Amino acid sequence: MTSPASGTAHPAIELRGISKAFGAVQANKDISIRVMPGTIHGIIGENGAGKSTLMSILYGFYKADAGEIFINGSKTLIPDSQAAIAAGIGMVFQHFKLVENFTVLENVVLGAEDSGLLRPSLARARRELKSLAEEYELNVDPDALIEDIGVGMQQRVEILKALYRKADILILDEPTGVLTPAEADQLFRILGRLKEEGKTIILITHKLREIMEITETVSVMRRGEMTATVKTAETSPPELAELMVGRKVLLRVDKKPATPGANVLEVRDLKVTDDKGVRRLKGISFDVRAGEILGIAGVAGNGQSELLEVLGGYEKASGTIRLNGELIDLTGKHSDGQSRRHRGIAHVPEDRQREGLIMDYMAWENAVFGYHHEPEYQKSRLFMDNAAIREDAAAKMGRFDVRPPDPKLSAKNFSGGNQQKIVLAREIERNPDLLLIGQPTRGVDIGAIEFIHQQIVALRDQGKAILLVSVELDEILSLSDRIAVMFDGQIMGERLPSETDAKELGLLMAGMTGEAA
Amino acid sequence: MDLLTLLQVLDATVRLSTPLLLACLAGLFSERAGIFDIGLEGKMLAAAFTAAAVAAITGNVWIGLVAGIAASLLFSAIHGLASITFRGNQLISGVALNFLASGLTVLVAQAWFAQGGRTPSLQGAARFNPITLPFAESLSGVPILGPIYAELISGHTILVYVSFLVVPLTWWILFRTRFGLRLRAVGENPAAVDTAGISVVGLRFAAVGICGVLCGIAGAYLSTGLQAGFVKDMTAGRGYIALAALIFAKWRPWYALTACLLFGFLQAIALRSDLIEAVIGFRIQIQLLDALPYILTVIILAGFVGKAIPPRAGGEPYVKER
Repeated sequence: MTSPASGTAHPAIELRGISKAFGAVQANKDISIRVMPGTIHGIIGENGAGKSTLMSILYGFYKADAGEIFINGSKTLIPDSQAAIAAGIGMVFQHFKLVENFTVLENVVLGAEDSGLLRPSLARARRELKSLAEEYELNVDPDALIEDIGVGMQQRVEILKALYRKADILILDEPTGVLTPAEADQLFRILGRLKEEGKTIILITHKLREIMEITETVSVMRRGEMTATVKTAETSPPELAELMVGRKVLLRVDKKPATPGANVLEVRDLKVTDDKGVRRLKGISFDVRAGEILGIAGVAGNGQSELLEVLGGYEKASGTIRLNGELIDLTGKHSDGQSRRHRGIAHVPEDRQREGLIMDYMAWENAVFGYHHEPEYQKSRLFMDNAAIREDAAAKMGRFDVRPPDPKLSAKNFSGGNQQKIVLAREIERNPDLLLIGQPTRGVDIGAIEFIHQQIVALRDQGKAILLVSVELDEILSLSDRIAVMFDGQIMGERLPSETDAKELGLLMAGMTGEAA
Repeated sequence: MDLLTLLQVLDATVRLSTPLLLACLAGLFSERAGIFDIGLEGKMLAAAFTAAAVAAITGNVWIGLVAGIAASLLFSAIHGLASITFRGNQLISGVALNFLASGLTVLVAQAWFAQGGRTPSLQGAARFNPITLPFAESLSGVPILGPIYAELISGHTILVYVSFLVVPLTWWILFRTRFGLRLRAVGENPAAVDTAGISVVGLRFAAVGICGVLCGIAGAYLSTGLQAGFVKDMTAGRGYIALAALIFAKWRPWYALTACLLFGFLQAIALRSDLIEAVIGFRIQIQLLDALPYILTVIILAGFVGKAIPPRAGGEPYVKER
């Protein structure tokens, strides 16, 4: 380990000519990058651009096919994570590498024990965590089990793990993907603090706002190649977006004013109590009209998920829901997702990998789920018409620009954006009266975000009702025709996007009312 | 039922629990590291035969024990190669090894000793003999405690004492050492271990190796301690019962002791149907008594005994995700 001061002449990290292929896919092509010590360096790119692969190589998780790594100016071989740790590199993966039923302390100590016996190691780690907590505002209960703490806390544990191993260089892979806006702000404060202490930070993200907010230098990756490295102060979001996707992107959604019609969905006094007896929805009422997008804003976990689950047919509730004036069965035989879809309620779930797709099934199979009982897919009473389903799926994938357009590929082999397009194609192409859509662009790259937003607006322009749930305030503001804010299982208020702003919505999301609109 | 009869039943419980306990702890090490091992049965059988055969030839039970452990370790190595190195299916590998052991032991025994797939009867130094603990004779006159010491605690073979000592040792290794922490971690989330710079493959092989050693002792005890020689399929499903006990014990060492004593007790009372008749007043078919441990196994495996959460990465080969 070298202190950052002695390395000022050299970059903290320099990668030269890194290449890595997974089978036929070239994930990294001849990549070179220099990261100066004591700075926050952003790496931005679409999903699948090769950012995570590059950093996993630096952390010794993957082996590069070619290329060299220099740490503080001296050439370093990093064949495994052990070597990376010894070189002072720590990494916070997008999917945390924690042992769920271990305590925070045990997770921090794992792999960095002082001796064969645990007790002294745990005692030292406890002291060390206390001083780290004071130094960087990284407060975590050392005796809490990982499975009992939230994702924000778990991320802190990952950072603490790196710091406990005396990391000078910290790599964070999409750190805000799982965080609420407030948690993300807190994380950025911590990162700022770490930088002040002389640590070098590499931030991998696909969110332009984060790059602009916190980094000093930014490198842009596209399809496995490094397309540019620029000073953040000398660039702008449109320029970065263009570098990422290789063409101009509209960050604002282009849409005509809505021409709402009659009420399609009428929700009255909807209540949900979960199996632990906690009231998740406390009697909410709202309408969605034909030809409009109602956006539900709110910090994750304030009842939005439950609302989607009730409407989508996999959570029981009390209250009434009417679709085009007719009552929807909330507790009985027809309260399942399939019945809902049959009635014309299409649902793009929040977590597409768990609720929207079966990851090991092929695209054409996924493109029919939920509608597989519809008569046009049946050959006879017993058999499904697979040829028709496949043909149908191929056509849908073509229209929704799913890449690669191969219906026989498993869902897991598509990027996040293309997985979402498969779900969207399935739900939209059935011509529903009402579309429920949760976190439409979570983990989706910029090119696909634009496409998905266009599809949602096009559906609205056909006179359909859309209920949009998103934790991304920008998305809510730019897509919605009307915005309802949820907090603690209740709707705090409704606003028109033209008459409100992020600040006011933020207050409502925090449960504060009484402000004049 | 008098004290002496009760002590006799408990004494048999201890002897019959020993192989279950060793196999159960063997499985505990393996499964805690994320490698499911349905092949405990096969490893015990291989060890039982090898230990008895080598003891019969050399006349030294200790050489037999070492040979038994070696045979069990060989099976472990195959299981490790299949399921860790080549990331094969752990259940299939285990089942295959069970079949291999079942057939191979009898075949080799027949070719070697020509006694119908048995080994010769072991005598003297070729088997583990009971040890009389100090003062057992002189203290046997003391009321209650005396007979308990003389009948129940004294008079077992060395392997029985070893197996009961392995329980606290296992607990200590798992929960008080660096190795134990890593072992438990690799069974829960191997990616966490890998990114911490520790070899997942190395840890899992170590766990499978310990499993092999313990199964080897269990098998050797069957043929050189509990019995005096090897007979065909002498493990009689003990490997599976040990697995059931492991689930019952929720993968914890002290619970494993309790579970194995329970199974041992059921096996012990099946040997004394006369006693049961005397206690409950009517006769139960001996076949039903013999089946009791197996019935309990089915009940446990069917999940009737509480919720047992296995190690989360159990049964899954570790592949770095793309």
